[in-house]
Amino acid sequence: MTNSVDEVLKSDVLFVTGSNTTENHPVIGSKMKQAVKNGAKLIVADPREIELAYYADVFLQIKPGTSLALSNGLMHVILAEELQDDKFIEERTENFEALKELVKEYTPEKVAEICEVDAKDIIKAAKIYGEGNRAAIYYCMGITQHSTGTESVMSIANLAMLTGNIGREGTGVNPLRGQNNVQGACDMGGLPNVYPGYQPVANPDMKKKFDEAWGVDLSDENGLTLPEMMDNALRKSVKMIYIMGENPMVSDPDTTHIRKAIESLDFLVVQDIFLTETAELADVVLPATAYAEKDGTFVNTERRVQRIRKAIDAPGEAKNDWEIFMNLMNRLGYEKTYESASEIMDEIASVTPQYAGIDYSRLEGNGLQWPCPTKTHEGTRFLHGERFARGLGLFKPANYKPSAEVTDEEYPLIMTTGRVLYQYHTRTMTGKTEGLNNLAPESFIEISPELARVKNIETGDRIKVSSRRGSITVNAKVTDKISGNTVFIPFHWAEGAANILTNGSVLDEYSKIPELKVSAVNIEKAS
Amino acid sequence: MVTVSINGQKVEVEKGSTVLEAAKKIGIKIPTFCHDERLKPHGSCRICVVEVNGGANLPTACVTPVYEGMEVETESEDVVTARKEILDLLLADHPLECLTCEKAGECVLQDLCYQYGVEETSYDGARNHYEIDQSNDFYYSDQNKCIKCGKCVMVCDELQETHAIGFAERGFETHIATPLERGLSESTCVSCGNCVSVCPVDALGSKKKTKFRYWEVNKVRTTCSYCGVGCQMDLLVKDNKVVEVQPADGVNDRMLCAKGKFAFDFLSHPDRLKMPLIRKDGRLQESTWEEAYDTIVGKINSIKAENGPGAFAGLTSARCSTEDNYMMQKFMRAAIGTNSVDHCARL
Ligand code: SF4
Ligand code: SF4
Ligand code: SF4
Ligand code: FES
Repeated sequence: MTNSVDEVLKSDVLFVTGSNTTENHPVIGSKMKQAVKNGAKLIVADPREIELAYYADVFLQIKPGTSLALSNGLMHVILAEELQDDKFIEERTENFEALKELVKEYTPEKVAEICEVDAKDIIKAAKIYGEGNRAAIYYCMGITQHSTGTESVMSIANLAMLTGNIGREGTGVNPLRGQNNVQGACDMGGLPNVYPGYQPVANPDMKKKFDEAWGVDLSDENGLTLPEMMDNALRKSVKMIYIMGENPMVSDPDTTHIRKAIESLDFLVVQDIFLTETAELADVVLPATAYAEKDGTFVNTERRVQRIRKAIDAPGEAKNDWEIFMNLMNRLGYEKTYESASEIMDEIASVTPQYAGIDYSRLEGNGLQWPCPTKTHEGTRFLHGERFARGLGLFKPANYKPSAEVTDEEYPLIMTTGRVLYQYHTRTMTGKTEGLNNLAPESFIEISPELARVKNIETGDRIKVSSRRGSITVNAKVTDKISGNTVFIPFHWAEGAANILTNGSVLDEYSKIPELKVSAVNIEKAS
Repeated sequence: MVTVSINGQKVEVEKGSTVLEAAKKIGIKIPTFCHDERLKPHGSCRICVVEVNGGANLPTACVTPVYEGMEVETESEDVVTARKEILDLLLADHPLECLTCEKAGECVLQDLCYQYGVEETSYDGARNHYEIDQSNDFYYSDQNKCIKCGKCVMVCDELQETHAIGFAERGFETHIATPLERGLSESTCVSCGNCVSVCPVDALGSKKKTKFRYWEVNKVRTTCSYCGVGCQMDLLVKDNKVVEVQPADGVNDRMLCAKGKFAFDFLSHPDRLKMPLIRKDGRLQESTWEEAYDTIVGKINSIKAENGPGAFAGLTSARCSTEDNYMMQKFMRAAIGTNSVDHCARL
């Protein structure tokens, strides 16, 4: 997030798009509802009539995969109504003319047709956002898991810059991080092209820096992304995969493809706290500690580095993940040893500029928000205050492109996926909590009343859902949360797994995120 | 700024502060039931009464603003008498089940009756008998113990914004209920437990899977391991087991959701992996760390010799700690020699 969680209550306009906040980030969802009660205006764009839609001044029930067109449409109206922030554009941005040119053709009428919403609502939403003094945008996977995900994010950033809603309290472009430490995993270079702190591996200066810090000669070649790893495993050019605390057999698109890829490997190591669906396929499974059994940090969605603390002993012989890697490195001839997680944080601070001021003694209390460049720096509440990282903010206009996955006669419906409140990710943890399983026992498919009528389906019917990748059988839930030919399946369950149906082969050109939120499917009553 | 004196001690506080805040500033504790600084002040329970400038009527500390020259006594004879009377009245319709009550040790009513020596009620009248609502999976509502402080309703309304519960009936029969008394499982309640966390007594309580007393547990401050909000919380630990979770101050403002508050059973689940497993004869079999390390290192060396570092890939984890992630990518990059590290952040 460019801004902080408590700033939700400082905004006068909230634009929530592609995020079912009250279910996926419940505590932030509650704060949004508080903000509305205090008088903030709320715009919600989502294919489903999520809880926040009831609190919204404008709810845009957009067709999955059309949010890029929507942002362009909003900017069109803002310019037509002259609600842009000319001073901000003049002083802090460049390439405005190109943006202006591009959004010219995104009239409310045209966008209404693409998004399948009312043109009047687009105008209303644009006016609310454009007239806000402190307007903030919140988004999640509903924006990123599309073939045009990166461009959709850019267009959201364009919208914020156009109206000067960035770099101030209560504004910003705020991605809500799904998992507890996605931020930390990214910050630490759990990405094939960057070292910790987003320092590119292909930059010779960075390579030199890490060569020296780590005392080895590193590779300067970008590595493979997850989907590429799987493709290369199938092609036998990747022989060994080491997985820590992930369950791609449930979380990743096109499970059948993933299984084949994993089965083609010479060697698979999985390190986890349970024998997950993925661990069952491994050659070696290593028992790791859970969060309550170790010291460490998680970095939350507002970039706040916060402590976790050892409260209990791990079961059996389970070990901390970092210790396992240290032991393996030592056996592979890399001698360095560490006594504690705190010592690792000190090394992180020495190579990661954003973390340079962080050590465990400073994290007592409420942690620190990076960037925190020095030992006396207080951390950063919101980004881009005085200037953007690159100096001027660059407008990156992007045209709407339809989803790569298209419907046809055989697969006429659009399936979108997501999470539910009572389960978490692949249920490795929540699946072990009785009460949560009672509240959300099994997978289901949400079907609109219109569609249910045509197909003669009732809630509780067993439904076979098929896509070009495969088919699953789940229970029907007829609900007006969803409309027309869009259906929704949560992805948590291995039984009736949504990701049997999703498409792993179409990736966002920039982020390599698969187009998970749009799959063409068909449904029929299972016999 | 205004200067007031509390129990003879001077304190300077901002204009508009309450007596309660001023007292807190110098470490003087005034008892409260219904007060919570996150909620709109409502001053309904009156347990926080204090004496001001020797006056006869006793204002409530949690809503009364300070003024220059104010002189406050927090434990004067009149104040103590008034508090005893309030406690006496509360006990008139409160079962004295402290021996077996789950809240014992963390119950504000119990603590205050102890402090002021109120053993039992002097009233002899009707008592309410409510059925305990056990329909929610994680907590129960035992209205026989409710002291009508109203915090649960306000938390659900003002902070959680779910509006699942409210006051039902009036007068003596007043109690906390869901609309039409349909029970919690039929309400809009999302099981966040935020009402449970503020209840001063055992009227709203977590269903405990392990029996424990609050004086037996250690509290360990940590960060929730589910979503990216990063709520702060305390793990209550007894005999190497997490037995309850309580919200703490931080980004979450002492709120949690159902996962953070109630989903910790997995920690002590029997299916937790306890030993390294190695596939032998097609089956994963328990083994030792030594053998597991040898197997992995052997494989790494042989694959590397034959195919080079390009044949390796690793997935780090958005679930693991920052330090774990740092070490894994360092292992892949520095010890194996490939940049093929990624994780499921995209998903
Ligand atoms: S658990 Fe949460 S939603 Fe349910 S009544 Fe309590 S505060 Fe309201
Ligand atoms: S249930 Fe608890 S929190 Fe709610 S009014 Fe009664 S005593 Fe207060
Ligand atoms: S308590 Fe709920 S909202 Fe808070 S971090 Fe945990 S999962 Fe997220
Ligand atoms: S705490 Fe002050 S009136 Fe209840």
